[in-house]
Amino acid sequence: MAKYLLIESRDPFDSSDSEYFAELVQGIAKRGNEATLFLVQNGVLPVRKGSKYNGVISDLIKNKVKVVADRFSLKERGIRRLAEGVDTADTDRLVDLLLEPGTKAIWH
Amino acid sequence: MASGKTLTVAIMDAPYESANSTTALRIVQSALEKGNNVTVFAYEGAVNLTMKAQAPHPNPVKGTSVEEEAHPTTKDWVSSLFKLAKEKGAKLDWINCGMCVDERGAGDWVEGPRRGGPKDLLDASSASDATLVIPTK
Repeated sequence: MAKYLLIESRDPFDSSDSEYFAELVQGIAKRGNEATLFLVQNGVLPVRKGSKYNGVISDLIKNKVKVVADRFSLKERGIRRLAEGVDTADTDRLVDLLLEPGTKAIWH
Repeated sequence: MASGKTLTVAIMDAPYESANSTTALRIVQSALEKGNNVTVFAYEGAVNLTMKAQAPHPNPVKGTSVEEEAHPTTKDWVSSLFKLAKEKGAKLDWINCGMCVDERGAGDWVEGPRRGGPKDLLDASSASDATLVIPTK
């Protein structure tokens, strides 16, 4: 089982390939790998409670993907209420995840 | 205290264009705060992040002065990262891609960065505990 850290900086409202990235994360998790999706910048927009993309996020969480949203990005965008199961963290957590041995990191 | 771990970050966005620059600098800052060594490979427009001649500006729309605006420049941020590395006993190796620098005439930097090339990125990545490539959109 491999460990993946997938960092999403884009949002599906602006970038249609953001949905393909979510599919990639889903595929990685379904194959039994450990996957963390760390959302930064506009990548946090889908986790705003009530967003039409909450379903994509909840499907990922159901498949054991850890979804983490960057607090700085949330604050910048005035996002206070999050979809169920989404964790929040700062870039120090991102650094810890990056430096975990054997982790493969992909930025989108 | 130094962790002994090294993170390599490759960045290519020019300053003041993309939130990627801010996020990249935040990641470098967090890594250094934790005592990790960091290698930054700046290429394409990112070589402008360290340009010494950058200056903050007033905001004529709001009528605010330079001081009131307190506009942060990336060169000051990079300088503060070098200072932070020293305080934490960590190493920050900031490499500006030489070819990208020459293309842009962007060789007048703040103190700290050095000139390099793609081989430096390969070497840094091979010697690092983790590598993060932040491409432009």
